[in-house]
Amino acid sequence: MNRMWAIVERELRKFLRSPALMLVSLVFPLIQLIVLGNAFGGKIRDARLGVVDQDGGAQALKIKEAFNSVAANVRTFVPVYYDDDKRATADVKNGKIDGALIIPPQYSRRVYEKEQPRIALVVDNSDNFMSSTLEQKLAELTEALNTPDVQPRVVQNVALQVVELYPYIEYMKYLLPGSITLAMFVSVMIGGGMLYIDDKARGVHEGYLVTPITKLELILGLNTAGAIKAIASGVVITVVGSLISGVTATFHVQQAILLGLTILVTSLAFNTMMFLFMVRVEDPLVPRATFGVLNTLLFFPSGAIYPINAFPKWLQAVAIADPFSYAVHAFKALLLKEAGITAIWHDLLFLTVIAAIMISIATPLFKRTL
Amino acid sequence: MIGNAKPNGGTNAAPGAPPAIAVEHISKKYGDFTAVDDVSFSVAEGEIFGLLGPNGAGKSTLIRMMTTLIEITGGKAFIAGHDVSKEPNAARGSIGVIPQAMTSDLDLTVEENLSIYAKLYGVPREQRERAIAKLLADVELTKWRTAQTKTLSGGMRRRLEVARGLVHSPKIFFLDEPTTGLDPVSRVAVWEMLTKIKEERRLTMLITTHYMDEADRLCDRIAIVDHGKLVALDTPLKLKASVPAENVIEAQFAHAPPDWERMLQALPKVNSVQSEGAGMYRILSAGTATVTALVECALSAGIEIKSLAVQSTTLDDVFVHYTGRQLRDEQVKAYAFVMPARPGERA
Repeated sequence: MNRMWAIVERELRKFLRSPALMLVSLVFPLIQLIVLGNAFGGKIRDARLGVVDQDGGAQALKIKEAFNSVAANVRTFVPVYYDDDKRATADVKNGKIDGALIIPPQYSRRVYEKEQPRIALVVDNSDNFMSSTLEQKLAELTEALNTPDVQPRVVQNVALQVVELYPYIEYMKYLLPGSITLAMFVSVMIGGGMLYIDDKARGVHEGYLVTPITKLELILGLNTAGAIKAIASGVVITVVGSLISGVTATFHVQQAILLGLTILVTSLAFNTMMFLFMVRVEDPLVPRATFGVLNTLLFFPSGAIYPINAFPKWLQAVAIADPFSYAVHAFKALLLKEAGITAIWHDLLFLTVIAAIMISIATPLFKRTL
Repeated sequence: MIGNAKPNGGTNAAPGAPPAIAVEHISKKYGDFTAVDDVSFSVAEGEIFGLLGPNGAGKSTLIRMMTTLIEITGGKAFIAGHDVSKEPNAARGSIGVIPQAMTSDLDLTVEENLSIYAKLYGVPREQRERAIAKLLADVELTKWRTAQTKTLSGGMRRRLEVARGLVHSPKIFFLDEPTTGLDPVSRVAVWEMLTKIKEERRLTMLITTHYMDEADRLCDRIAIVDHGKLVALDTPLKLKASVPAENVIEAQFAHAPPDWERMLQALPKVNSVQSEGAGMYRILSAGTATVTALVECALSAGIEIKSLAVQSTTLDDVFVHYTGRQLRDEQVKAYAFVMPARPGERA
């Protein structure tokens, strides 16, 4: 086994002498965490909502007061007053405002006479997120307007009371498990993919093959070195990412141990998977050409940035076979829910089985000769 | 083919000693293409044996079969008595190999490169440091031991690779085109170093090259390979003697008499004489006796020889004779991607 450790030593020394490679494998997932976490996690603020008051009555004034209250507090939107509904609609179309609320003539009279009073919301539904936010906010306001001033003594409607198990999780925290998984995969892509094939092409492996090292020692050496590099990436991103996003579970002893175990098993699964992909590749262009595809195919269906339940059936099937899904699930359970081993054991089992299957297929395919 | 009847050439091997390398009817096929075709030879202990041939002749394929890098399609190869097909690890333990490409780790230091390979060859810890220090001294890289390999020149990197191949003290050393890509000064330095190391360590060496001067200078015997076949095998001298080539003598005389050209024509073994003006003559002869006779003739006639140059048969002539063409860099199918040089890496 001393020969195996010689391979590990060589790979790690080489990695440590290449700070650019280390930075690439760490910086990309961190940038993704920071940029995506901030870009996708926020709520709509200061949307411009056109208001056309064709009524001018007391009930219309009540609506406008409610709008002013929203603008002054949660700031979801800022009202922009129009005299003409056609001009307001045109401005929604050309993007000057994000939506337009039209209070039709006779609105106040219809409210008093309980004669199906209606107000209209014109939205630009090419921006689904903005239009649904405005719809939701105005639905809340409409509901508030419908609430009687005096509540009945016995509540007659069914009410849903939501109990949240965990404190509010910002999107950046939600992304952290995916970022850790991605960092480990990028490390494996660079170390176990690109550098491995580059070494082959440069003839470095030819140097190994004329020594008495056995096939098993060589395979174990290359995979152990790759797994150590992935573990280092995983640990660094877990710690740095937790500090950036404010996840505190990382620094509890029990969670830290379970995180370490998950990082270890994930690194083995990823590295053996990459070893299988690259075991017969000779051309250094191949890993470079396929990594974009692999990244998309493995990362996005994993639930790292969007829930798997929202996927179509075929994509859910991809997620089931995707090792990323299990790593992301385990990291989410440990980091966001502070769960124990019972929540992640099946993830660890799946990743271990994947590692065993991958290395079992790759070993006979690995050539001890050129 | 010449030389096959005397496989051990002129070496210091004990009579009856088994050959260090024995290749018996070895061949390598890739589909319908035969890269090496029924080649047999043996190399005696302590001998430097050269495989000479153009690019694509099959030299590297031969060396790769002997060093267990590729499987043998037919025939057998024995290294230090071990059948490379049946006992590859035993064969690997007996040999040091310098591949054609420079494969040292550029990011590692000189010492680290040697240390990693010492571990791969299973050199015990207590011997490792001593062996590395000795080798670094032998290849004159001691003061560069902590330098990263990428900072070394091409010649220094080649010397490092030579040291790397010897880190486990093998008895047989394979070098695949050891000086390709080096400048003339570095080439001579590598030749001198190899000769010194060979003597000190009593190594058997097998060198592939397409440089005639390298083969002529280093090798006890040379096998010429072309199109996967062994076309000639013997000592450099005998190979040259086997070729019916002419010596070219270029001489310039002061105050040559008018019948001087006729007198030169009468010298032994002279085939033709051509006057080139200003007392310069170009003589083609079939043997070395002409030169002696020419000098004696000029002295007895009281004619001063201003200059004299003799070009005898070279290995280029041998190669042309046996392969029917000039040594050339053939365009061969590249099977491997060539990595571009990295920043900081010397070409």
